[in-house]
Amino acid sequence: MNAVLKIVLQRLGLGLITLFVVSVIIFVAILMLPGGFAEAILGQAATPETVAAFNKEIGLDQPAIVRYAYWIAGVFQGDFGTSYASRVGYRREVADILAPRAFNTLFLAGMTALIAVPLSVGLGLLAALYRNTWFDRGINMISLVSISFPEFFIAYIAIVLLASPAFLNILPSLAKVDDDASLGERIYRCALPAITMTLVIVAHMMRMTRAAIINVLASPYVEMARLKGAKPWQIIVRHALPNAWAPIVTVIALNLAYLIVGVVVVEFVFTYPGMGKMMVDAVTSRDVPVVQACALVFAATYILLNLIADVLGIVTNPRLLHPK
Amino acid sequence: MSESMEKLKLAEKLVGRGKVSRRQFVQLALAAGITAATAETMFVKAARAEPKKGGTFRMGVGHGATTDSLDPATYPDQFTGTMGWGAIGNSLTEMNAKGEITPDLAESFEPSDEAKKWVFTIRKGVTFHNGKNVTADDVIASYRHHMGKDSKSAAKSILSSITDIKADGDKVIFTLDGGNADFPFLASDYHTPIMPAKDGDVDWQSGIRTGPFKLAKFEPGVSAKMVRNENFYKDVWFDEFEMLCIPDVAARTAALTAGEIDYMDRCDLKTLDLVKATPGVKITEVTGYGHYVIPMNVTVAPFNDVNVRLALKYAIDRKAIVEKVFFGHGTPGNDNPIAPTIQFAIDPQPRHDYDPEKAKSYLKKAGLDSLKVDLSTADAAFAGAIDAAVLYKESAAKAGIDINVVREPDDGYWDNVWMKKPWVMSYWNGRPTVDWMFQTAYAADAAWNDAFWKHPKFNELLKAARSETDQKKRAEMYAEMQQIQQEDGGNVVIMFNNYVSAHSDKLAHGDIAANWDIDGMKIASRWWFA
Amino acid sequence: MTATHEAASVTAKAAPSISQRRRRSKLGNAWRGFVKAPTSAKFGMLIIALYVIAAIFAPIIAPHGQAEVIGPGYQPWSWQYFMGTDQLGRDLFSRLIYGARNTVGVAFLTTMLSFALGGSLGLLAAIAKGWTDQILSRIVDALMAIPVLIFALLLLSIFGTSVIKMVLVMAVLDSTRVFRLTRAVSQSIVVMDYVEAARLRGEKLPWIMRREILPNIMAPLVAEFGLRFCFVFLTISALSFLGLGLQPPTADWGSMVYENKMLITVGRLTPLLPAGAIALLTVGVNFVVDWFLHKTSGLKE
Repeated sequence: MNAVLKIVLQRLGLGLITLFVVSVIIFVAILMLPGGFAEAILGQAATPETVAAFNKEIGLDQPAIVRYAYWIAGVFQGDFGTSYASRVGYRREVADILAPRAFNTLFLAGMTALIAVPLSVGLGLLAALYRNTWFDRGINMISLVSISFPEFFIAYIAIVLLASPAFLNILPSLAKVDDDASLGERIYRCALPAITMTLVIVAHMMRMTRAAIINVLASPYVEMARLKGAKPWQIIVRHALPNAWAPIVTVIALNLAYLIVGVVVVEFVFTYPGMGKMMVDAVTSRDVPVVQACALVFAATYILLNLIADVLGIVTNPRLLHPK
Repeated sequence: MSESMEKLKLAEKLVGRGKVSRRQFVQLALAAGITAATAETMFVKAARAEPKKGGTFRMGVGHGATTDSLDPATYPDQFTGTMGWGAIGNSLTEMNAKGEITPDLAESFEPSDEAKKWVFTIRKGVTFHNGKNVTADDVIASYRHHMGKDSKSAAKSILSSITDIKADGDKVIFTLDGGNADFPFLASDYHTPIMPAKDGDVDWQSGIRTGPFKLAKFEPGVSAKMVRNENFYKDVWFDEFEMLCIPDVAARTAALTAGEIDYMDRCDLKTLDLVKATPGVKITEVTGYGHYVIPMNVTVAPFNDVNVRLALKYAIDRKAIVEKVFFGHGTPGNDNPIAPTIQFAIDPQPRHDYDPEKAKSYLKKAGLDSLKVDLSTADAAFAGAIDAAVLYKESAAKAGIDINVVREPDDGYWDNVWMKKPWVMSYWNGRPTVDWMFQTAYAADAAWNDAFWKHPKFNELLKAARSETDQKKRAEMYAEMQQIQQEDGGNVVIMFNNYVSAHSDKLAHGDIAANWDIDGMKIASRWWFA
Repeated sequence: MTATHEAASVTAKAAPSISQRRRRSKLGNAWRGFVKAPTSAKFGMLIIALYVIAAIFAPIIAPHGQAEVIGPGYQPWSWQYFMGTDQLGRDLFSRLIYGARNTVGVAFLTTMLSFALGGSLGLLAAIAKGWTDQILSRIVDALMAIPVLIFALLLLSIFGTSVIKMVLVMAVLDSTRVFRLTRAVSQSIVVMDYVEAARLRGEKLPWIMRREILPNIMAPLVAEFGLRFCFVFLTISALSFLGLGLQPPTADWGSMVYENKMLITVGRLTPLLPAGAIALLTVGVNFVVDWFLHKTSGLKE
């Protein structure tokens, strides 16, 4: 187990470096964007004087390197700073803005994962069991088609089918969630986005499960089990699945990361106040502290889930756990 | 008119206020010799026509961002405008649906000294949401908030002509740097809600204002909730008012047809007919002052030649753009940025209708056989700008003009493209007076003179007309200016766009204002549930 | 589209242990292979061939130009307007055909570039190890940790949205995935005895890369290529959703789905056409890829 611990620590250290690089990339990228916060807020109404006054108040008149130094010093003390939208007498802490959005994103991701993961693993097992039958081909075809449609397309179709008077009007198309909404209300409101996200990610996990199982089926010990007369489903569940976990877990972890990091478009369509939409908004308005904080949270999520996937991959594979 | 008929008329009025029941009304109608069925329809109509209190009004708006704040100096769009000005605040004056300026927080206003001085009297007994009386000092502080060297306000330039504001009891006296007969119009701008004075500035942070609704909850970029201000000086119909930021038009439409919201702004024009056919949904449409323009930088070649400008003005098929891109929801322009409904507007002659031959002849006058120009565009300028540019390219090709449509990124369009590239697509919300519009974007020294057009005679007239109190002379001056601008100016005015919105048929409303979208951003106090 | 990308790399990542088993099949066997291929693979190849023909001969096949306005907008399907017209009254069928050219062209170019970049750097990292590997891997980690769509939005806002810039941005972002895959797959090959043997024989590095490693990582790379190629359409489509797409009036399927999105909500068929074109190609390509993987895996059912 020591070896695993060492890997985890090593990877966490590398993760910190990655986070630092990400923050630099994002900071530089926003510097390179045309216009600044003042121009973005004032839009067509910006004049040189008002822009200058704005920049002075939010500290944009300082050199970029100084701003970055202040920011990173704050981050090390756990302070993400204040949004540029703050004014005198109106402090908007980035952490306060971020927290409810991050919670919403996690809630939707969790809800989707609860539906999508069992569904896709189950379907994958069935497809492997009935491989090369019409069932397998049908599932394969449907999953391919579903990943080849743009997300917003799937979202609109879900709205037409489930949230419009045209067909069934049983679910809300607006995923507006209040802080004081009950759990039931939340689940009801998030149903359509969760269904859409499920459709988007199920295909990958299902295909991976199927492929991993079939891959293992060619091994001698499965052949052995078959010769001993084990039933097909027994072979798959008892013999193949335990040895196929590593790639399945990896793809699940990556899809979970996607549920948190990549849902911008779905958030837009369902007007869900999540982090992706917030980050796009913040980029548009050049609200650097908010963009930076979002980028860090996203990157950290990605790094952690990757780490978990790799660790699980190592733990479930003795050959990797005890290298020669 | 018979006695029973008169009674019925009176009853009709009372129905709207809920004072006469359906049964009483039908009995009266029968007495007046009207059939029961007709009486029923009359009752329903009457019941709708008169506003009544009640209901939670839920509205989906295309605008809104997480950086929004309650600071009126930086209201960027309809979300903050409708919430922070139209619903929870109000200004000294208000523009009604006919385009006339009427008193609002001010009870009356008077010019003196050739319109260089304006005296506004504050309405008696008006209070802030916290019960505090509105004083002249609050008004002064609210205006000062936009003025001065360190101002970050979008309203700074329109208020720059104010040299002094003084309090005199319940009167506020504005002194201007020159006569301006249109000053009361400026006082109705959505950046100028009156707020409580505090420590030499104003308290905008709390959201305590004077408007028909009190702010209950505001989550920037997501939603806002408001409740009726029972102490407002006029009747307010909705109990509660909820605004949702729904940027995606398809999502807005879906929410409306499924009954999750009662009103949506900025409908998708392509599918409007199909939305119209949805039971329970109604469409409203007004031609506003807003217009789509293509300013060219007249200081650089080839746009520095007036003949090239004219060639380009004749080479655009405005009708086709209105029909194809906006599905007829607009009025083709004539290179005059003054909307036809505005006082002193004229229709300059000859009209710049699509005429490739004329365009060719102007091109020849400029000494050119053909012309190749870049046109920068993005849907950030206005929804449909890219399609409009593509159609312009098609129509101009017939006049030997090759327009190269350059799609710019939406993000940063106003900083990076507008007034930077020589020929771009742009949009003006429009202004309610000739002077205000020209002062904003056509005067030689205007910050947003996006064509960089400086015409001496035009600028002379602009100054003279502002303080001219003789309406006839003023009209003549404005007519001449519009004529000059249309012929010589650097703006191709494509069209005046319609504000198209959809709402549930449970809502009722009077005439809809044209100065801004969403019933002049005053929907919260003007509409009601029938 | 991150998940799609990730999953693709993982799908392929599982493959190396399989592919090592058999050396590459000779080109000469291609025809025999085609004849023996299952129906699904034949179907896939037929689709790909049709798309390629449509792309190459677009101006001949399409009855109208891609920007030509031929009638009123949103005409229903009829003999005159074969598949109806779009929002501006342009012939949808013609735009679909030209879309094949533009979309497939852009996607192909993007994927090729991303493989050239990611593949060669990945191989380099796997062989060179040490600092080169560390530095490259850390950069790739950082790039991958930023949400793809938002990063693309940032980069395209900075550099502009001409076709070439779009191809470059998408290729660079995509190449991080290719890098990881190539590196992971090659790492297990680099330690193989036959590579060691070649090294001891004194073979040069490029020779080892070309003759010993590349053939053994081809299968997962080809599979990855097929999927990634299709995902480029989706990325363009998602970018159009956020306000960045190909320059008008160029027809591409991703933007076409977006342009007609409102019609979905009222139940019209038009937006299904470009979306269907993407889906059909994805299915076709993947049928071929599946068959290819199956063949190289040596699994007999």
